Amino acid sequence: MRTVMTVLRKDLLLELRGFETLPAMILFAIVTFVIFHFGLNRDTIDGQLAAGVLTVTLLFAAMLGINRLFVAEREQGGFDAFLLAPVDRSALLVAKATALFLFLVVLEVIAVPAFGLLLLGPSLGHALPGLIAVLALGDVALAVIGTLVSAIAVQTRARDLIGPIIGLPLLLPALIGMARGAGPLLAAHGSSSPPGRWVAILALYDVVFALLSYAVFDFLLED
Amino acid sequence: MTTYGRGLRGLSLAAAATITVALALVFFYAPLDTDQGFIQKIFYIHVPLAITALCGFVFGGVLGAMYLRTGDRKWDIRSYVAIHMALIFGVGTLLTGTIWAKASWGHWWVWSDPTLTSFLIVMLLFATYQPLRFSIEDPERQSRYASVFAVVAGAFVPLNFIAVRAAQQYVHPRVLTLTGGNLPGSMRLTFLVSLVGIALLYTTLWKYEMAAKSTRMQVRALRRALLGEDSVVPLKRSAAPS
Amino acid sequence: MLRNVSLQVPAGSTLAVLGRNGAGKSTLLRILATLLRPHAGEVLVFGEALPRRGFAVRGRLGLLAHDPLLYRDLSGRENLSYHARLHGVAPDRIEQLLDAVGMRERADEPVRLLSRGLVQRLAVCRTVLHAPSLLLLDEPLANLDPAATELVGPLIGRRSGATRVLTSHDPQAALAEADVVLGLEDGRTAFVTTPDKVDAAAVKRLYA
Repeated sequence: MRTVMTVLRKDLLLELRGFETLPAMILFAIVTFVIFHFGLNRDTIDGQLAAGVLTVTLLFAAMLGINRLFVAEREQGGFDAFLLAPVDRSALLVAKATALFLFLVVLEVIAVPAFGLLLLGPSLGHALPGLIAVLALGDVALAVIGTLVSAIAVQTRARDLIGPIIGLPLLLPALIGMARGAGPLLAAHGSSSPPGRWVAILALYDVVFALLSYAVFDFLLED
Repeated sequence: MTTYGRGLRGLSLAAAATITVALALVFFYAPLDTDQGFIQKIFYIHVPLAITALCGFVFGGVLGAMYLRTGDRKWDIRSYVAIHMALIFGVGTLLTGTIWAKASWGHWWVWSDPTLTSFLIVMLLFATYQPLRFSIEDPERQSRYASVFAVVAGAFVPLNFIAVRAAQQYVHPRVLTLTGGNLPGSMRLTFLVSLVGIALLYTTLWKYEMAAKSTRMQVRALRRALLGEDSVVPLKRSAAPS
Repeated sequence: MLRNVSLQVPAGSTLAVLGRNGAGKSTLLRILATLLRPHAGEVLVFGEALPRRGFAVRGRLGLLAHDPLLYRDLSGRENLSYHARLHGVAPDRIEQLLDAVGMRERADEPVRLLSRGLVQRLAVCRTVLHAPSLLLLDEPLANLDPAATELVGPLIGRRSGATRVLTSHDPQAALAEADVVLGLEDGRTAFVTTPDKVDAAAVKRLYA
């Protein structure tokens, strides 16, 4: 646990210093909303369409973060530094996934209101708690799979490519869950609680892949 | 190293025989479907291919887990062969699936069909298996990472089907339900024979490829031992474990 | 690739590994550091078999190699703080070491702004932060000026008291410090002796 906090602190500190990844993710999301406005030729969207647009945008913004997750480790000897320490190696997975999760939360804190402002028809108010729940579960999936895939990709030659092409199909069930879970919430006279079925699927996905990733991560770090 | 050649002839004959019987049943025994006509019979190939491919992927995941557990390269080779065979059977599934879709619903691709969609997603995922292997040069790391992938992707298969099925009302004829199937007797028999035949085909091909790879490895090891390091030409970088 | 390298190093002594680039010196060090897995043979560090018991020895060894293992955007102090936490070392040890290498004033600057020599000093601090009893030093004095070399002496030199495995581009300097000498050629053992019995011609051949 102490190890997780140490690595997490280091990563947050690095991001604060460099301050590249998070602003890029946020900017990307907002620009994407603008593109959707023009691409769909609509002033407002609602319901399932809105949920789809939001999910896709968050996904691709997340990809930016995922691609960069282990770059510092790879280029500045961070893997060796960690591997030389007498610590539990899966802590690296937990720390990185937590960092990615936090990035996604910050991203959403800015991007979701921006979405509400720029594209969404109905007001966000009543849908917010349900939306937060759905997004939070989705973020866990993105964080876990993103970290796993990033760790795999960073050791390959085609680094930036391998990550997304493995990650995207793996994430599809979670993305379906996010989009379908958020759909009814963003509808014109939508409900304020997300459909239980999708919350269940997201939760199941999160649990299965979190456990699986934790189990296999060690094998990725050995040399 | 185990010899995969043992029993191979018997297995091949069994596979060939079962498939011949299955084809005979398909053409002469199974009833003609009133709605879809003759083209419906492609189902007897399509569904067994699909089931075999999916089982192959999961099997590949199990083999990958064995590699991670033991570190013995033979598990990685088995896993590799299982997955790439399953990919081939999967391509067959998608092809027969689109033919069937066009014939029965008039479109080459139908989104409203969860089974086809799930299957596509699984194929998209496993299509990355070989590029992943190819992009890692160190053979030990390649095996390790490929096994991690196989395990995660293998676990993904059932989860994916659950998710996609929940998402869509189905147009795809629901052939095998949890209650055991709603096929009339003659169709059921044909289907089962076909399924067994395709499964045998998969197993036979798997064994063939394993035998070929295993033999090559043994020959190389013998050459290395008898004639020294230099007599063995290093293999080109490849996606396959060697 | 290393083949058939076989020797024992008693505690507290220094092993010098000589050889050209590519002879396998760095590989040997990485295996001892538990970063690389040996494919065959037995590696015992502190009596523990690697790679299986790697976790038992990691905390007791320090590796100083070509990569300083420092994050360029963080300061020296922050880097050392990170490593200290990972190893469970108290913070005042950081200050102690920074003083010892004369880095106190510049410890808060990001590493990317420091010269190679200063970075190497920080790397030395990182290596000995957790007071390891085995030091694996891959050309430790590279980039260090004579003054700095003096400063790091007590930390990673013979005076440190640790068991040391060191490589150097300069065979004479390495021999001066060694108790045992291993010569590597293309991954194989060329010779294993004590410094007084080293054949000058053999050394020359190694580097030829």
